Amino acid sequence: MSLLSIENIHTYYGNIHALKGISLHIEKGEIVTLIGGNGAGKTTTLRTISGLLTPREGTIRLNGEDLSKYKAHEVVYKGISMVPEGRGVFARLTVTENLEMGAYSRKDTAEINRNMERVFSLFPRLKERRTQVSGTLSGGEQQMLATGRALMANPSVLLMDEPSMGLAPVLVELIFDIIQQINKEGTTILLVEQNALMALGIASRGYVMQTGQIVLSDTAEKLKADPTVQKAYLGME
Amino acid sequence: MQSYRIKKINFTDVFMWVVGAALLLLIVVGSFLTLQEEKYTAVQWFDLAVFGLAQGSVYALIALGYTLVYGILRMINFAHSEIFMSGAFIGYFAASSMQKSGFMQENPLLGILITFFVAMTTSTVLAVLLERIAYRPLRGAPRLVPLITAIGASFFLQYVFRGLFGTHNRAYPEIEIIKGTVPISGDFQIQKIQIVVILAAALMMALLVLFVQYTKTGKAMRAVSEDKAVAALMGIDVDKIIVNTFALGAALAGAAGVLYCFMFRIVTFYMGFIPGIKAFTAAVLGGIGNPAGAMLGGLFLGIFESLGPTLFLDGLGIPAPYQLKDVIAFTMLVMVLIFRPTGILGERLSKTKA
Repeated sequence: MSLLSIENIHTYYGNIHALKGISLHIEKGEIVTLIGGNGAGKTTTLRTISGLLTPREGTIRLNGEDLSKYKAHEVVYKGISMVPEGRGVFARLTVTENLEMGAYSRKDTAEINRNMERVFSLFPRLKERRTQVSGTLSGGEQQMLATGRALMANPSVLLMDEPSMGLAPVLVELIFDIIQQINKEGTTILLVEQNALMALGIASRGYVMQTGQIVLSDTAEKLKADPTVQKAYLGME
Repeated sequence: MQSYRIKKINFTDVFMWVVGAALLLLIVVGSFLTLQEEKYTAVQWFDLAVFGLAQGSVYALIALGYTLVYGILRMINFAHSEIFMSGAFIGYFAASSMQKSGFMQENPLLGILITFFVAMTTSTVLAVLLERIAYRPLRGAPRLVPLITAIGASFFLQYVFRGLFGTHNRAYPEIEIIKGTVPISGDFQIQKIQIVVILAAALMMALLVLFVQYTKTGKAMRAVSEDKAVAALMGIDVDKIIVNTFALGAALAGAAGVLYCFMFRIVTFYMGFIPGIKAFTAAVLGGIGNPAGAMLGGLFLGIFESLGPTLFLDGLGIPAPYQLKDVIAFTMLVMVLIFRPTGILGERLSKTKA
C-alpha cells in the first residue's frame, strides 16, 4: 500500500474545472516531484491534498485512510504538512513563534522542543534570528522558516510548493540539499517545482502536469531523458 | 513621502489642509484664552483629566472588541455596542437584585465580582451566538454583506431589549464601597469609582496583552489575523479562533458595560450606541486592527473629550462648551481619517496589506 495515494480527484474553483482526474501515489521514503507549466494545476493538487480545497470527486488516502472529507486543519493531525507557495510566514510573529505555530497540532512539549532543535540544526540561521520578527527576514531565510515550520508538525508526508521561487541560485542549492537531508531522515516529500531540472535531480519519480491532468509519469531518470520533457520543461532542444 | 504629496496635490488637499490648520489655530487660541482667564482651578482641570482617563479606559475596553474582530475578519462588528449594552443590562439585574436582598451591602467585593461575571458571560454568550448565526454563514461574502448584517444585528438586539425590558431609564444601584472620594493632596481628590474603573480596565488590558502575546491561542489569533489559509495548514482551527476572538472582545465589552454603569449609573436599551461609536472612533484613531492602538486611542479620546471642550472652547466665549464634546470627538475622527487614515499606530496594518 502506498503511503499517500490519490485516485481520480476533480477539484473546482467555482465553475472552473481545475483538476480533471488526477491520480498519483507516493511510497514511504520517496521524493516525488510534480512538474509542469504555469496553471497546470500543481499548486491546486497540493492545496487539495492539504485540505484547503475539497475535491468534488475522488479519494485521497494516507495509509489507507480517506482524507478528502477532512478540513485543512484536520489534515495536519493526520500527518501531512505543507510549505505553501510564497512561503506564507507570519510576518508579524517572531521566528520562534512561527515554529511554535508549526507545532500547533502537537501536544508533547518534549517532542516540540526536540523538533525545534532539529530545525535549528538544519537551519542554524534561524537559531541566530529566533527572536526576530519574521517579516524582517530575507527571502531565503523565510523559505528556511517555512520549511522548518512545516517540519515542526512532524509530518509523514511533506508537501512543498515551489521552494526555489524567487531565491538566488546559491540558496536554491542550499534548500535542495536540505530537502534531501530531510528526506534521508525519514520524511516523504511531494515537491512541486518550476525548476524541473533541479527537482528531477533529487526526486526518485516525477509526474508531469498539463491543464489539470497528469500527462506523463515515470522515474526521474527517464523523465530527464524524455524528449518532450526536455523540450517543454528543461529548456533543451 | 514629501515629494509624493506634492505630486498629488490638488484643490481638495489644499482645502483640507486649510481646514486642519484653522482647527489647529482654533485649538491653540482657544486653549490660550481659556488658560489666561484662569476661570478654572488646577483642581478642576485635574478632575476633568481623571474623569477623561476613566471614561477613556471604558472606551479602550470596548474598542479592543472592534479591533480584535477587525484584525481577524476585516469586518466592523457594529453589533459590538449592543454586546456592551446587553452585558451592562443583565449585569444591572444582578447588581440591583443583590442590592435589594442586602447581599451587596454585606459582601460588596463578591457582589461586584458576581456583577462582572454575569455581565461578561452575557456578552460573551451573545457574541458567540451572533458570530455563529449571523456572521459565519456570510464568511466569504462581499465585505458589505456582513457589515449590513452587523447593523441589522445591532438593531435586533436593541429592540429585543426594548421589547423585553421597556424604554425607561433604570438607575443603577449605588454601591456603598465605591462611593465617595480618595484625597490625594490638598484639594486634589479622586472619586473611588474612577479609581476602580481605571484599575479594572488596566488590569483587563494587561491580561489581554499577556494572553495575545504569550498563550498558544493568542499566538494562533495573531497567526489567523495574518493569513487564514496558512494558519489552517498549521492545524489551527480558524473557525474556533474566530469564535475565541469574538468571545474575548465581548467579555471585555461586558466588563466595560459594568464599569460604564458604575460611572454613569443609568441603564437603557440604547445606552450602547454612543459609547459604541466612540469606542469605534477610538479604534480607528489608534489604527484599527491593532490592539495597542485601540487602548491608546481609547485613552486619548477619553481625555481629549473630557478636557477638550472646556479647554478649547470656553475661552472663545462659547456657552456650555461641554455640550459640544461629541462634536469635538467626531471632528477629531474626521481629521484623523483625512490626515492619517491608518490611525496613530496604523503602520503595521498598512504594511500587511502591501
